[in-house]
Amino acid sequence: MTSTSSAAPLSPGSPGGAGASGPPGTSTAPGLPAIPSQTGRGSAPGVPQPPRRTAFAEGVDRLRASATTEPGRLRIIGALLAALVVAFGAVTAWQMTDRSSAADDVLHNSQPLSSAAADIYSSLADANTAASSGFLAGGDETAASRERYQKDIRNAAAKLSAAATNSEPDSEAARTIADLNERLSEYTGYIERARANNRLGFPVGGSYLRLANETMQDRMLPQAEKLYAKENQRLASDYADATSYPWAAIGLGVAVLGALGWAQRRNYRRTNRVLNHGLVAATATATVVLLWLVAGQSFARSGLNDSYDHGIRSLNVLHNARIASLKARGNENLTLVARGAETVEVNGEVVDAYDHDFEGDMNTLGKGLAQAARLADDQAGKRPVTSAVGGMAEWRSRHKEARAAYELGDFQQALARVIGDKSDKPTGECFDAVDTALKTAIGHEQTEFTSAAEDGRNAMTGLPVGAAILAVLGAAGAVLGIGRRLSEYR
Amino acid sequence: MRAMRGGVTMNAQRLPRSWRTGLRSLRAGLRGWGGVGAMAAVCALAVAFALLLPLTQSRGDGVPRTGGQGVARGIQANVAAECANPQDQSPEPSSLDGPTISAIKARKDRRLIVGVDQNSYRWGYRDPNGGRSAELEGFDIDLVHRIAKDLLGDANAVKFKAIPTNQRIPAIKDGRVDMIVRTMTITCKRLADVAFSAPYFLTGQQVLAPKSSTVKGYDRTLGGKRICTAKGSTALDKLTADKAARTAPAATADIGTTVPSQLDCLVRLQLGQVDAVVTDGALAASQAAQDPTVELKGDTFTTDYYGVAVKKGANDLAARVNRILERYRQDGGWQASYDKWLSPTLGSRSESAKPPVPRYK
Repeated sequence: MTSTSSAAPLSPGSPGGAGASGPPGTSTAPGLPAIPSQTGRGSAPGVPQPPRRTAFAEGVDRLRASATTEPGRLRIIGALLAALVVAFGAVTAWQMTDRSSAADDVLHNSQPLSSAAADIYSSLADANTAASSGFLAGGDETAASRERYQKDIRNAAAKLSAAATNSEPDSEAARTIADLNERLSEYTGYIERARANNRLGFPVGGSYLRLANETMQDRMLPQAEKLYAKENQRLASDYADATSYPWAAIGLGVAVLGALGWAQRRNYRRTNRVLNHGLVAATATATVVLLWLVAGQSFARSGLNDSYDHGIRSLNVLHNARIASLKARGNENLTLVARGAETVEVNGEVVDAYDHDFEGDMNTLGKGLAQAARLADDQAGKRPVTSAVGGMAEWRSRHKEARAAYELGDFQQALARVIGDKSDKPTGECFDAVDTALKTAIGHEQTEFTSAAEDGRNAMTGLPVGAAILAVLGAAGAVLGIGRRLSEYR
Repeated sequence: MRAMRGGVTMNAQRLPRSWRTGLRSLRAGLRGWGGVGAMAAVCALAVAFALLLPLTQSRGDGVPRTGGQGVARGIQANVAAECANPQDQSPEPSSLDGPTISAIKARKDRRLIVGVDQNSYRWGYRDPNGGRSAELEGFDIDLVHRIAKDLLGDANAVKFKAIPTNQRIPAIKDGRVDMIVRTMTITCKRLADVAFSAPYFLTGQQVLAPKSSTVKGYDRTLGGKRICTAKGSTALDKLTADKAARTAPAATADIGTTVPSQLDCLVRLQLGQVDAVVTDGALAASQAAQDPTVELKGDTFTTDYYGVAVKKGANDLAARVNRILERYRQDGGWQASYDKWLSPTLGSRSESAKPPVPRYK
């Protein structure tokens, strides 16, 4: 306290003249000779010739000695402040680089992979549906249905090989993909056998189609679902990485501001001067970095969370609904292919196995659409879901009529009500409507996801570099500010 | 029992001979070693009597017992007649309209509702390339059209319903169909639930394998092979029973492959997942018709008859169907249908190639 007041009268003269340009020169030039003079004053005369000591021990001794004088303390404070500010910048840059790259992964890596997995899943289910529709039509199979099947198989194969490139060798995902690849060739083999026999008019073609369907529904689709779930897990973990708060950086930022505040208060108490330009500049940059960090991260979080809530969650629900509708359509076709060849017992009543599966798939579709309607947050997202719900209701009622015709023994009518022309009011029309609506909804949510996720990621743009530059400036400010004070001790 | 009775008869035949021997020796003994000989003869006689007495008694006991057995066997034969020849339990042919037929004729939609199969090639199936008008066709379908024609005067007055195998009896019992014409074997167990017409087709379990296969039939060539059967089929019952009894060839064969429908067995066979299929000869023939590289191996090793199933108690309908079947056989309709659908795979010399001769209750 007394030293502060004794130092105070010294300072008023010096700040005006050497203020701006003096410190770098003055702070180092007087600093270096000052230390030997001080140590010489304190210990050199008393100690005759001590044994050689390590540089570190000497350094510590010097530091301890310097801490007893005000310039020495100032030097230590300056060094510590600079180090803290630089550390703050470095940690901020590092943590934000991590988050930004995780956000980038969400946008450009894991979400596309998850969507590719969903694509594999739906392509396979769609191929199965197209194959059974074509089979039902027999020799009348349309070019459109054949092309649809071929496109689906090509798409699934291409996406599978892309997924294989992106998966770690020997990982579970890689094994799942390999298994799917193997089954895919098995599946297409069955389909071709079914087709060939069907063209010859042999009912064994129907048995092959049922075998193909079983391979698809019981073996391949569960694997594809697993792959999809796995990619979604990766996506979720990227999300978690991108949206986690950078506590280390925030904590350091608060510590830096605290330390700068303390240094300035100390300065004020000792010199009675309110502002030390360098320290103020350091405080300002640290504050900017901290605010930028918190705000940027919050914006990024909200953008990413938005993209998750409104994009990914809707996408998951919609993908699952679409697959349920594809499965339902496949099973509806299969009821007419199998014609009672397979039955299951439900509550003591024997029912057609495929019709039973159809009902289950339709229930899944209904639940999925209801959930999608709840999740859809804007008109553009709600519209296709509403139209899918309408299509599904119509599908259900038409299916009931087709089923009634089948039960009455009118196979031709039943067939017409399932795959017939527009004039027959077939269920196929409703399925197409549901499928188109769901595809539109998926496209919309995909756009929503991309824009929200991009907003989120952009909120972090420049933060790592900016934090680094500002931290260096802040550190310089702190050093200059302390240097100004030191120069007063010349 | 029979051996014992044989023994008794032999002793009885020997008896007079010993009598004669005894008398002769008596006379000889009187001449020479009279006393000793006579004594010996008497002793021999006594021994003979003592030995024979229980036998005659047991024979006397045996008579009523044999009679009792005969009665018991007679009763068994009656029970067996119901269960050994289920195909002979149908009523005599008749052209009278009973309540069932009247109800069918009184329908607003005057059509016969018949449960059929749509996946049995050459029996009841729909040609997938027939386009929109693809009609059901096959041996069973021909019969249905004939029944409709004779019963309602219009061969097309039929509503066909595809009925799964395990739904045939429930469909009849619930009245969803008037009759089932769907390669349905007449069995005692089924007779408890439905009534059958007289048999219209003779078949039996048979082995189907690739032409190049070493399998020659239901014999030791099938040992160690993988056999496919349909779930709940007569074939599976037979194989399971044979395996449990360690009867060849089922004892060493792998009968683990079972499929929902018999036609799925052809798929397994073509994919090389099994070596042979066991099913009704008629259905095996329908499979062979879809693949020129497989054939029926050996003869049928059981005897089964297909019949038209109707509701239990609908005797008027069963009797009418029997009358129609009778005419169908006589006017060559049956044979023409056989030649068209089944002769290519079953052949004209098969035991199935002629309609079975019916016997009525």
